[in-house]
Amino acid sequence: MIPAPFDYVAPSTVDEAVRALADAGEDAKVLAGGQSLLPVLRMRLAAPTTVVDLGKIGELKGVRDEGDAVVIGAMSTHYDVQRDPLVHDHALLLARATDTVADPQVRHRGTFGGSLAHADPAGDLLAPALALDAEMVIQGTGGRRTASAAEFFQDFFTTSLAPEDILVEVRIPKHTGWSAHYEKFNRVAQAWSMVAVAATVRAEGGTITEARIGLTNMASIPVRATAVEQALVGRSADAETIRAAAEHAAEGTSPTVDGNADVEYRQHLARVLTGRAVEAAMAG
Amino acid sequence: MRITVTVDGTGYTDEVEPRTLLVHHLREKLGKTGTVVGCDTSNCGACTVHLNGQSVKSCSVLAVQADGGEVTTVEGLARDGQLHPVQQAFRDNHALQCGFCTPGMIMQSIDLLADNPNPDEEAVREGLEGNLCRCTGYQNIVRAVRDAAGHMRPGAGPEAEQVADGERTTTGVGGDA
Repeated sequence: MIPAPFDYVAPSTVDEAVRALADAGEDAKVLAGGQSLLPVLRMRLAAPTTVVDLGKIGELKGVRDEGDAVVIGAMSTHYDVQRDPLVHDHALLLARATDTVADPQVRHRGTFGGSLAHADPAGDLLAPALALDAEMVIQGTGGRRTASAAEFFQDFFTTSLAPEDILVEVRIPKHTGWSAHYEKFNRVAQAWSMVAVAATVRAEGGTITEARIGLTNMASIPVRATAVEQALVGRSADAETIRAAAEHAAEGTSPTVDGNADVEYRQHLARVLTGRAVEAAMAG
Repeated sequence: MRITVTVDGTGYTDEVEPRTLLVHHLREKLGKTGTVVGCDTSNCGACTVHLNGQSVKSCSVLAVQADGGEVTTVEGLARDGQLHPVQQAFRDNHALQCGFCTPGMIMQSIDLLADNPNPDEEAVREGLEGNLCRCTGYQNIVRAVRDAAGHMRPGAGPEAEQVADGERTTTGVGGDA
């Protein structure tokens, strides 16, 4: 399968990329790591007139420490994120979730920013971004602005990015010392998550002081399981507390129905996987 | 668009359409047919090559994205008529049946051994999760990778593909690593 013809632009700065997108009009597509876009182009599910490749823009790569936040360049690959010591120390949940993305070859090419901008509800990095209060730094024709994860994800494959916008970097407030686990349920290795649960907790002396739970593929966008969080905080992290809290995991969710699972089954999975995720996070 | 890519140690400059996939460039323009197209949906890993030292599925990379880069295919592994230790281990352990997945399996195995020079069985299976064998010959593939690990210098991988010092011993089918 061969993509339909397109014009190819590989700018070397974000400013040039924004200009290239503005010039190309609404049938342009941004190419990050290409691990979702290229299959789509090959199958001709999309046929953009122009592809703007961000691969040559050095300022979009790398992870840095900015005091109370870890800042991840949008074009950092999954492989880079998985191995980054700052991510491990201050956003362990993201590292754990990234470990489960696709397979090694895809993780070498696929990028953190690309996954977020693609906004597939089954994508594994959206729920961790939401749970960790990530902030998106976006550049468009009007300059830079930020959007919280809650503002950024709007619907299936839809974000607050305008056609000429570039996701530049993602600021994640440090969650230093929080334990974390990403519990994913899929049919076969490298398949998309049917449901997955991103859990990160902070405990002191056996008592949970803070908890963040994000759900993957339980709506058109990632959602927080706030009722579970509330049922965990202030309690000792024993099996009964976790089991009772996990019962709230599906409250308010509206997952889609597909060939893999209906609503009832997805909600069941959300409860079971939340229990497992919190338990594994507490076990370190 | 004009691109220059080094493939298996030789530089090639060619005019390509932007929509050309790297795997098609390798096979059709450069004649590197050792790299195969399996599923065409990014699932099977048969088209795995190394791009700038990392394994990639060459059906999911545009040739223009490889401009200025270095590609190693399964054809670039043997040295002076001697198979790469991973190739040799696949042969010794009967790690192929129809052989179609083998180029990708070997390229990904080398990548995984670069990250983890002494993987246990589970680590091999996880490292190869992006490569499918329709003959389901996974047992001997896993065995071959662990056998190869015993013959390779720690850290040997895409950038330093070398045989361990001293004579390597050849194990028969089903031989232990």
